[in-house]
Amino acid sequence: MKKAFPILAVLTALLLAYAFYEAMWIAPTERTMGDVQRIFYYHVPSAWTAFILFFVNFAASVTYLARKNLKADAVALVSAEVGVVFCTVVLVTGPIWARPVWGIWWTWDLRLTLTLVLWLIYVSYLILRRFSDSAQTPKLAAVLAIFGALDVPLVYFSIWFFRTQHPQPVIGGGGSIDPRMLHVLLINWLAFSCFAFLVCWARYRVEMLKRDVEEAEALESLLEPGATAAARIKVPLSGDSR
Amino acid sequence: MNSLWPITRASLAKDIRLEWRSKDALNSMLFFSLLVVVIFSFSFDPTAEESREIAGGLIWVAFLFSAIVALNQTWARELRNQVLDAYRVSPAPANALFLSKALGNFILVTLLEAVMAPLFMVFYNLRVLGTAWELIPVCVLGTWALVASGTFFAAMSIRTRMREVMLPLILFPLSIPAIQSMVEATRIILSGDGNPRFWIVLLLTYDVVFTTACLALFETVLQAE
Repeated sequence: MKKAFPILAVLTALLLAYAFYEAMWIAPTERTMGDVQRIFYYHVPSAWTAFILFFVNFAASVTYLARKNLKADAVALVSAEVGVVFCTVVLVTGPIWARPVWGIWWTWDLRLTLTLVLWLIYVSYLILRRFSDSAQTPKLAAVLAIFGALDVPLVYFSIWFFRTQHPQPVIGGGGSIDPRMLHVLLINWLAFSCFAFLVCWARYRVEMLKRDVEEAEALESLLEPGATAAARIKVPLSGDSR
Repeated sequence: MNSLWPITRASLAKDIRLEWRSKDALNSMLFFSLLVVVIFSFSFDPTAEESREIAGGLIWVAFLFSAIVALNQTWARELRNQVLDAYRVSPAPANALFLSKALGNFILVTLLEAVMAPLFMVFYNLRVLGTAWELIPVCVLGTWALVASGTFFAAMSIRTRMREVMLPLILFPLSIPAIQSMVEATRIILSGDGNPRFWIVLLLTYDVVFTTACLALFETVLQAE
């Protein structure tokens, strides 16, 4: 497993470089928006990746509550953290594109608002994890993640109804996408997914190591000072002890 | 299961008696929401015609902030003398505790609304232009939406290091659809343009979904150690 990590890292770097090349030079320039439209290849894949990670967070939280498996809890934490990062990328790249195209930085449109609320929910999830004592963090966090997932459809309907009552003039109509653009978009999405998976994996290993160290330290503090060496031998600091 | 209601009633009666004797939560809530209303009337001109449009938002934000005061006191009282630990080891159903706390908070916040809503109407010179009786389901469902999820998240935030600060941080993001529904329904009823039915149904959905989830997960939160 440890050998697979650098291999995947190199592959992801190559894929990201290729996707960047495709997005910047190969994809055709959009007729009305011009080059600023190319941010689309970063904005949309980030959004998809963030939503997938939030879904992983929900699935891992349910698994943790059902099975009391601490690995599932680590997966939930990691996916929420990386998901918030990707969601931040979405919320930052959106206005950069919107300013020259729509003429405004922000509009309370359905998708924008939903992404913002999602970001708020998962930031509050991370704050809860940060400020609760380690023994009960997994349970409280898993419960909050379930509430967050239940909240998403309600938020969707509330914004949907609110915005259809007050339509926004700035949003352009639908329309089909050039197949070459779609191709570049999918390559970028693949690259971003690999990158997200890589970051999650690294973060997961760090998290598991941190927990092992905490466990070893807790055990050590229970023992006599002379017995610390024995405690260290009994609890090896490797990721496979769980 | 048959012990759920007697225990809920006993716990609720105890909380009401405690509150009746001290009036801690009610007094601080009333004064706090009065302050919010006064500060709002300095920040937004109450005589302007637009104030009717934003009054629904102002009134619910004032109630939301004041409800936080009561919600935070819900569990703090049980932490002293380890009452919560005693409850945890007793065979009483966890949901009885949750229901009694939620109902207690519901009574408190309803009392607050009964006092503050007329005051708000006077300060902002409001008249109901829509169908007035529709405000009743909005108030009942909206208050329950705030106190049910609020009581639940207060039980979670009491476990964290920041306690009182933590509650709004987890309650506000999740209650966005409920708050939007209350505010929109109230605005529509006050200004009389449109039909608030969609928002009342959405509020009812929120109440049903969140109350079910609270009852299903409260034991997990109570026993989280």
